[in-house]
Amino acid sequence: MAGTQAAERAPAVELIDITKRFPGVLANDQVSLTVRHGEVHCLLGENGAGKSTLISILSGMLRPDSGSIRMDGAEVAIRSPKNALRLGIGTVYQHSTLIPALTVLENLMLGARSLRLDRDGARKRLAEMAAMLGIDVDPEARTGDLALGRQQQVEIISALWRGSRVLVLDEPTSMLTPQGVEELQKVLRRLKEQGTAVVFITHKLHEALAVGDRVSILRRGRLAGALSSEQLASASTEDLRATIIRLMFGEETAEVAGAPELTTDLTAVEEEHSVPAAEGDIYLELKSVSARGEGTEPGIEEVSLRVSRGEIVGVAGMDGNGQRALAEAIAGQRRVTSGTVELFGVAVNRLSVSARQRLGLRYLTDDRLGEGIVGNLGVSLNMFLKRIGEPPFWRWGRIDRRRVNAEASGLVKAFDIRTPRLDARAGTLSGGNVQKLLLARELSFDPKVVVFHKPTYGLDLKTTEHVRAVIRDLVGKGAAVVVVSTDLDELIELCGRIAVLSRGRLAGIVDNGPHAVDQVGSLMIGTTEAA
Amino acid sequence: MNGLLTQSFLTALVAGGIVAAVPLMFTALGESVSERAGVLNIGLEGMMLLGAYLGFLGAHELHSEWVGFMAGIAGGLAGAIVMAVLSVSMGLDQIVVGIAITLAGEGITSVLQQAQFKGRFPGLGNPATVAIPGLSRLPILGHSLFDQPLLVYLGIGLLALVAWVFRATSWGLNLRAAGEKPEALDAAGISVLAVRTYAVLTTGALAGIGGAYLAIVGANTFTPFMTQGQGFIAIVIAMLARGKPLWVGVSSFVFGICLSIGTALQLTSINISSDVINMLPYIAIMAALILFARGSYLPPALCLPYIRGGK
Amino acid sequence: MALETGATVDASLASGARAAEPARLARWWRTVVRSLAPVILALIAGGLLLLALGQNPVRFYVAVWQGGIESGGWQNSAVLMAPLLLIALGLIIVFRAGIWNLGYDGQYLLGAALVAGFGPSILQTWPTPLAYAALFLIAGCTGALWTLVPAVLMAWYETNEIITTLMMSFIGVGVANILVKGPFQDPAVNIPQTRTIPFSKLLPNLSGTRVHVGVLLALGAVVVVHYLLTRTSFGLRLQVLGANPRTARHVGIDVRRVIVTSFVWSGFLIGVAAAVDVLGLWAYVRANWNPGYGDTVIPFVFLARLNPLAVVPFVAFYAVLSTGGDLAAQQANLPTDFLLVLVALILLFMTVIEYLGRRRDLGQSYLTPGLKEALRRPLVRRRPAQ
Repeated sequence: MAGTQAAERAPAVELIDITKRFPGVLANDQVSLTVRHGEVHCLLGENGAGKSTLISILSGMLRPDSGSIRMDGAEVAIRSPKNALRLGIGTVYQHSTLIPALTVLENLMLGARSLRLDRDGARKRLAEMAAMLGIDVDPEARTGDLALGRQQQVEIISALWRGSRVLVLDEPTSMLTPQGVEELQKVLRRLKEQGTAVVFITHKLHEALAVGDRVSILRRGRLAGALSSEQLASASTEDLRATIIRLMFGEETAEVAGAPELTTDLTAVEEEHSVPAAEGDIYLELKSVSARGEGTEPGIEEVSLRVSRGEIVGVAGMDGNGQRALAEAIAGQRRVTSGTVELFGVAVNRLSVSARQRLGLRYLTDDRLGEGIVGNLGVSLNMFLKRIGEPPFWRWGRIDRRRVNAEASGLVKAFDIRTPRLDARAGTLSGGNVQKLLLARELSFDPKVVVFHKPTYGLDLKTTEHVRAVIRDLVGKGAAVVVVSTDLDELIELCGRIAVLSRGRLAGIVDNGPHAVDQVGSLMIGTTEAA
Repeated sequence: MNGLLTQSFLTALVAGGIVAAVPLMFTALGESVSERAGVLNIGLEGMMLLGAYLGFLGAHELHSEWVGFMAGIAGGLAGAIVMAVLSVSMGLDQIVVGIAITLAGEGITSVLQQAQFKGRFPGLGNPATVAIPGLSRLPILGHSLFDQPLLVYLGIGLLALVAWVFRATSWGLNLRAAGEKPEALDAAGISVLAVRTYAVLTTGALAGIGGAYLAIVGANTFTPFMTQGQGFIAIVIAMLARGKPLWVGVSSFVFGICLSIGTALQLTSINISSDVINMLPYIAIMAALILFARGSYLPPALCLPYIRGGK
Repeated sequence: MALETGATVDASLASGARAAEPARLARWWRTVVRSLAPVILALIAGGLLLLALGQNPVRFYVAVWQGGIESGGWQNSAVLMAPLLLIALGLIIVFRAGIWNLGYDGQYLLGAALVAGFGPSILQTWPTPLAYAALFLIAGCTGALWTLVPAVLMAWYETNEIITTLMMSFIGVGVANILVKGPFQDPAVNIPQTRTIPFSKLLPNLSGTRVHVGVLLALGAVVVVHYLLTRTSFGLRLQVLGANPRTARHVGIDVRRVIVTSFVWSGFLIGVAAAVDVLGLWAYVRANWNPGYGDTVIPFVFLARLNPLAVVPFVAFYAVLSTGGDLAAQQANLPTDFLLVLVALILLFMTVIEYLGRRRDLGQSYLTPGLKEALRRPLVRRRPAQ
């Protein structure tokens, strides 16, 4: 639908030979990108390929080291977010920039020129823009209370509020239900009709093909290739898939070709990975467990779940539906207000975190840097952080450093953790190595029940596949595993059964198999469309 | 025990309460502005002292209260500038810088006072007051409530002004955003640093007035360390008031009564040691914290410096 | 459970990039510079302030040296080190856990009042070593007890400890005054003060000097506390809590217990500081008296990066500065509060130098992240959402 009309105007934005370097890393290496009016240009690449850097440059958060930027043919310098907005570039970031405590209207009025707030004027404009995009928003609602899909719509309106002609969307579907994704696509179609130029960043191939008029592929900071609208229209899906995968991964293609992110059709993945129902002892059981939420995140209410030996149970749901409350209730970090948590048939409500750990429960948090490790302490100390005071590492309170280092060195080798020294500060490790450190810590001392929260979030595909292999290996050895994740692809790949959390309640449990995605999707939105 | 309900006691209590409340009110109002924007001023005590000394100096040398109050603003601003540069612009730890400003304020004002007056503690005359016609003639409380220096009425008006700014202007919205989620404000194209700097400077100016009032009207002189923890009391008031200027006024009055009850009690037959009286405001704070602070809402970005693109 | 090795894709880019770790020696050198520079800069700035006040800075600092070290001045400085070190240790323990115990004045004065109050009678009736032990215990427990309310409020209700310890401090000072003027008042004099402990009963001096053994006690405490903090599980738990309370909870540390324990030990040490001071130096306590050690020791605790061994030279420096400075200030007709200004300048320069050095090193900060988090916690536990 790009149309010949668009081709005659000068492109909305042109990035020419953009280079950006950080200490030790070349994030963008002479990347060029052309975005036309009324077109959706997808930027594809795996985690770490340099997409975020490029977006930050476009939105004014970062300045490029070299290269130039043109808008409508004229050269510009995007000096700051304020500057970017004035030039007409609106950005919707992956992590919400809405202020949860403020209403929709107040969020939109942020940055207004006049001293006095013009609520009526803003209300009118909101109504106009909502109508244009075909959506429905309550101006007085607290944005923190809105469903994530609705929040994103508000953010799109906010990005366009000051008349932006270029909209940049950074991984917009990572937080959406399948139905939410469809709504987003509708909105994008409307935007194209208005002549807005859209840059859509993603690491999922099927999304890029579904939405993009043009696709550019980034790999290790470089533009590996680009597909024009004609090429996208003419080639078969299989050919496109093969081409794009080759461009994204080069010689590593063989290792990652099976990953669900790269499939064009999820039903194939569903069938491949449908796992028979597990028999065996029940290792973890939640009986109508409720726990309170924290801050703006909700708690859980009357959740019941059973996980058997040798089973992987997934917990799906968009962020902010009680996942953390659930994980922490199981781990013992959060008090349970009603119901029982049972490990091996024994109620453990009163047991502390360390007591549950001694029973064989392990918990890998999603907040690796903020909760999992202590950045200032060395790798070896972090390795045994959950066993402070326990022999053989501590005797009568006194630390046995030699023992600590010896065991740590063994684990570093076994888990392939890249670190310059054993006592290097854990905060200096890369994301993938921090996760490996956490895996080594949690899985090396006889784990029986393991809860993973977003185990592969933000990791490059190779490490991701390794982590998934580790999880399957665990289960093969007889552990019971719970994977809490917002990534539906991942859950389909790994889990035998998938529970769906919605607004703190268990909306249902779906057996993996054909149509699992649809079932999970409908459970997710079943009770969420309140706003 | 009958002494409590006499006219003289009540009058003295209310009058003393207001005098003691005004410094708290101005300072706590200023702190509300800062906290709303995500900056915590532990250095408030130092800013008050600087305002108190410069205010006293101005009033004494130039024989005018209003010069004194202006000078007090300058004093408070001096401390606030340090806070703004170090904590807001450079992102240095707000608590450590605050402690330093308090210590510096205490030390510098003591040194300067000694250097200027060499052991004497000259006094000022009683301040001029403005009596509201009619109301000031009400029995019992009329005189103490409605015959106050002009600054008091201005202060109350300031409460209303700040409340309006918070509610209905883009400044107020920006302050709120800076305290709730500075990344959002930055993404909207507004300088978080500028907003927080203005907030801190406002706090300094108001704390300066508070200190100046304490010296000029309250004590009619300046003695080193004269604030005795009132800066910290103001911080607590700001937190308890949850950023609502009206509550700042009310709490300030309550704590003002606590501070002044000792003098008023001297008029009655009740005899409590002055040490116990002096402890009263702090005990009141502890009680208030335990009872009423439940549910006090603090901006999520309070105390965190904002660095664009970083974590 | 090994992972197959292969070319590791170390793919963290953009704002997540980590700086390379500088060489060990360079790091050590940098730490030394960053610890000394604030002091030197503060002395220079203080000198400028003296000039502005019409004083001669050189003469002032020379007088500081003379008063603090020469002709027996070093002995006074050494004596001052005893309470300073113990209080510094008390602060290091809580600061490491990310807790702001700002109630040291109240804890110290209450301990001092009790020692001065009960001292004369206990020392008369009990054998001396036992009496000392008892008095140290009384003072330490008093200090510890005075931290209990803020500790419990913080541990159970997440009440902010900066405000609670400060308020308790003011209350403690008041209570100490009441005790001194009341039950502990020396009946023989008109001035509000306690009875004086006879000179023969004070802590013995090191042979040939006027320095009492309390200093040795303090130094011994430094070694013990250092060992506790760096080699034991208790110390590691403190460190983790100070780095990140969430991580502490995640790894199974009983956060409430650590909060209360560290508070209690902090108060205990500060109480003992008071006992050492009264039994070694003052022999009595006057009403409305506050030596204010805690305020002045804080920056040095940070400069020493919360390390007990490293804090000793800093405290020694300050002891000389304080002893000599008191005399120099009197000579120059300045109030001794001038030292507060110097201390504040050290703090300020320290933060600035921290900023300048920040980009290069990770984790070299003098502050634990937990300390910075102090006021993000609400005054009392928030009602959770929904």
